[in-house]
Amino acid sequence: MTAGGAGDGVAHGTGAQEHADRRTVLRQAAGVSIATGLYGVSFGALSVVSGLDVLQTVALSVLMFTGGSQFAFIGVLGAAGSPVAAVSTAALLGVRNALYGAVVAPLLEVGGARRWAAAQLTIDESTAVAVAQRSPALSRIGFWATGLGVFVLWNVTTLLGALAGARLGDPTRWGLDAAAAAAFLGLLWPRLASRRAQGVALLAALVALTLTPVVPAGLPVLAAAVVAVLAGWRAPDSAPASEPPG
Amino acid sequence: MTWIAVLAAAALCFAIKLLGHQVPTDWLARPRAARISGLLTVALLAALVVVQTATSQGRLVIDARLAALGVAAVALWLRAPFLVVVVLAALVAAGIRALAG
Repeated sequence: MTAGGAGDGVAHGTGAQEHADRRTVLRQAAGVSIATGLYGVSFGALSVVSGLDVLQTVALSVLMFTGGSQFAFIGVLGAAGSPVAAVSTAALLGVRNALYGAVVAPLLEVGGARRWAAAQLTIDESTAVAVAQRSPALSRIGFWATGLGVFVLWNVTTLLGALAGARLGDPTRWGLDAAAAAAFLGLLWPRLASRRAQGVALLAALVALTLTPVVPAGLPVLAAAVVAVLAGWRAPDSAPASEPPG
Repeated sequence: MTWIAVLAAAALCFAIKLLGHQVPTDWLARPRAARISGLLTVALLAALVVVQTATSQGRLVIDARLAALGVAAVALWLRAPFLVVVVLAALVAAGIRALAG
């Protein structure tokens, strides 16, 4: 301790910096967890009024644990779509999580049971906080803190929402069908930054509306996926102009 | 039936997440895979928005939900938090229906 001199001072300096960085990451994780966890209430309530029971609703949040897919699953079932269509839509909406997994896996470097836990916690929020950090160590803290924080809060609030939803009775009287539509719009909104995304959203909406009167419930949403595959197949022509680097 | 669907969908979603953690990174990091999976999310959510807003039992329907969605869009444009947007939409639809009797 006494022989440290200047070296000690430097070590102390980086230690304090690390400590501050860690606190910043944890604060980010807490903020994201609370904001995301809160709308588990709306998922829980909507799921129950869509016809699932409280236990099925909680099972979705614990086992599926990816908001977009969960909302889609209950949305398709609630609109009298077939179970197959509900499962397919939920799975397709979850495809982006595979991409997130590929991004965070090299940062986490875990195997075995921890890899399974990391996979389950791989969602929009944990990935976003992880990749926003400037060192792998901070990314790891961000990923686990956000993933676990959202997981705990999302499941608690899902249960609360499901219990409340079970007492509501007629969902349309409370505007819960409109709330579900707004939830989808809220999930879509942050992804509409590029022209290409806006075009795909518009086309997908048109395809779904056009097909609704002619095919069974659930299929119009699945058909909209084709628009994404066709639009994403080729690279954007004007990539440098529309998407600045960084 | 609902339980089978719940468990099947959950298993599929988990398998998809695990796949991302298992496969060689460069395969999923290819631009085309990244583009399509991003746009897939956009397309499905957009379709879900309109189906949930403007259809009912296989028919196109315009009712209180459309006004509620408009209010939700304005709230999102003003950067309102997710929960506020959802509650606002419910209030607008419930209010219109209460007034319409």
